[in-house]
Amino acid sequence: MNLAIKDISYNIGRFVLTAVGIGMLLMVVMGMGGIYRGVVEDATLLIDRLDADLWVVQRSTRGPFAEISRVPAKLSDRALAVPGVRVAREFVYHTIQRQDGDRVLRMAVLGLSWPTDKGDWIPLVEGRPLGQSRFELIADQTLKLPLGKQIEIGNEVYQVVGISGGMISSAGDGIAFLSSADALAVQLDVPGEAVRLERAARESRGRLFDVGIQQPALLENATRQSGQLPAIARPSISAVLVTLEHPSDAKAVAEVIGGWTDVTVYTADEQRNLLLKGSVEKVRSQIGLFRILLTIIATIIMALILYTLTLDKLHSIALLKLIGASNSVLLGLILQQALILGASGFAIAYVVGQQIFPKFPRRVIITSEDLIQLAAIVFVISIASSGLGVWKAMVVSPNEALA
Amino acid sequence: MSTPLPADDPSAKIAIKAESLTKIYGAGNTEVVAMRDASMTVMAGEVVALLGPSGSGKSTFLTAVGLINPPTSGKIYIANQLIMDGPKALTNLRSFRRKHLGFVFQKSNLIPFLKAGENVQIACELNGLSSRQARIRALELLDYLGIKDRSQSYPSMLSGGQQQRVAVARALANRPSVILADEPTAALDSFRGRQVMELFTKVAHEQGTSVIVVTHDHRSLDVFDTLYEMEDGKLTQKAKEPLAVAH
Repeated sequence: MNLAIKDISYNIGRFVLTAVGIGMLLMVVMGMGGIYRGVVEDATLLIDRLDADLWVVQRSTRGPFAEISRVPAKLSDRALAVPGVRVAREFVYHTIQRQDGDRVLRMAVLGLSWPTDKGDWIPLVEGRPLGQSRFELIADQTLKLPLGKQIEIGNEVYQVVGISGGMISSAGDGIAFLSSADALAVQLDVPGEAVRLERAARESRGRLFDVGIQQPALLENATRQSGQLPAIARPSISAVLVTLEHPSDAKAVAEVIGGWTDVTVYTADEQRNLLLKGSVEKVRSQIGLFRILLTIIATIIMALILYTLTLDKLHSIALLKLIGASNSVLLGLILQQALILGASGFAIAYVVGQQIFPKFPRRVIITSEDLIQLAAIVFVISIASSGLGVWKAMVVSPNEALA
Repeated sequence: MSTPLPADDPSAKIAIKAESLTKIYGAGNTEVVAMRDASMTVMAGEVVALLGPSGSGKSTFLTAVGLINPPTSGKIYIANQLIMDGPKALTNLRSFRRKHLGFVFQKSNLIPFLKAGENVQIACELNGLSSRQARIRALELLDYLGIKDRSQSYPSMLSGGQQQRVAVARALANRPSVILADEPTAALDSFRGRQVMELFTKVAHEQGTSVIVVTHDHRSLDVFDTLYEMEDGKLTQKAKEPLAVAH
């Protein structure tokens, strides 16, 4: 006869309520693990999806995610000329926050190197990749921009032509994919008055320089568009993504490009480490520590519950001792109840979590590994937390049954 | 290791023998002598009543011979074996209790989360019967005590008398040498109290089990074979007839 099952059956209402309580607690532990995993996955998602062998960024920076990186757009042509490089793509990346009707629309803008990269690699749930070099965008579904919507950003209007799924920045913002030219236009969008003031300032500065005094005709250029000025470069991009003919050549190609004095080269793994060790590390540690704290709290609460359940049965335990039940019978009663309670709580945590986690604003990723790890933790805390109850059961005297 | 009674001892059918049991609680100024030099011999199949006012040491004696509360000095023999020599146990007491002793209490003391049949079955299982054998034995015992039809009821659904019958059935589960009952009729009316006392007599006489009953209930003393009285920790045997006649 299984005394643990019998006791649970008799007090099924109390058991269910207790299991639900423990389940909710374990769901929070599970959720924290999922958030932790989500932060790591989100942080490295772009690096994995872009699938570049090398990242060429501004010299001595750890860009473009961990810090700002600016490299000239022409760098992609230089990189393409290096033997072993198959594709060199411009990479433009920044975050903007605009108003879309009544709501705040915060998005990470990622520039695709048109026409090399039209976004064919982006996982679309609806629509299509970019079909033209300007004024189209692919929005992640978390941005809640419907297909075909015309959205005004800066001075231009862009049409949503595709909806992606699960494309999130390391900060948790949905990504909008534009051509790199559009991404730069969004990034460098300057109001008309600011442009006029800059032109006036440019002319004013020119008058003070020798070159302006000696060649006054040059000052006429000061009032022209920036892009038309030979001395002013095209707007800078964030990085250049290099895809190699043979990925095994990464080290050799990185040495060649790394020899240029204006850039630094990272492999995809190095770029991933920069993110995890840099911008994500503190969040990761914070969530990890909080998870440990929650696990300790869950252990203490489970211990209290199991101790209370044992106290409720103390008279029966004394009686069982009196009629000769061995310690293993009593140990089995308490341990089995602890394990059943832990397992039930774990199952409730999983089932309820599956319903609730998808509704969280940031991704909560529960992997099989994490589930197995949590199951092992629940197993251990079930055993550990029943320690108090077991101790109480072991020390109770059969005399208590006579009281 | 327990020691048998001497081979030439004529008391081969002695179920339980207590020799000069003394129990002292505390020490020095707080010392209380709860039981003093108490001796009792109970034969197999004998039904013994232990009378006395509250605080006289009856329960101390019962828990001592029940191997729950060891005496300070004295010897206890059960089933022809020396089990306690003073406070020293000569065998595994819990295991010995399981095999040789049965208990019935003032309140039925059934396990609340087990049904009536299961309360008896668990005692059988603890004595090594398989689950199936234990279930059969439990039903046999409940049938013997006239309460088989309530085997699927939880204790909370039984009357006080029914609960005590289940408790007696549980006490019989291990075919004990001795049943120790501590005021088993205290929570029952006189009719049901007498029924329980008669049940003990039936069990003792039909199954050869000795029964020691601590009781305040003088209305049923006629069912007992022997009467003892405890007063201020001293145990004395009483003549049965005068007490029985008095009630």
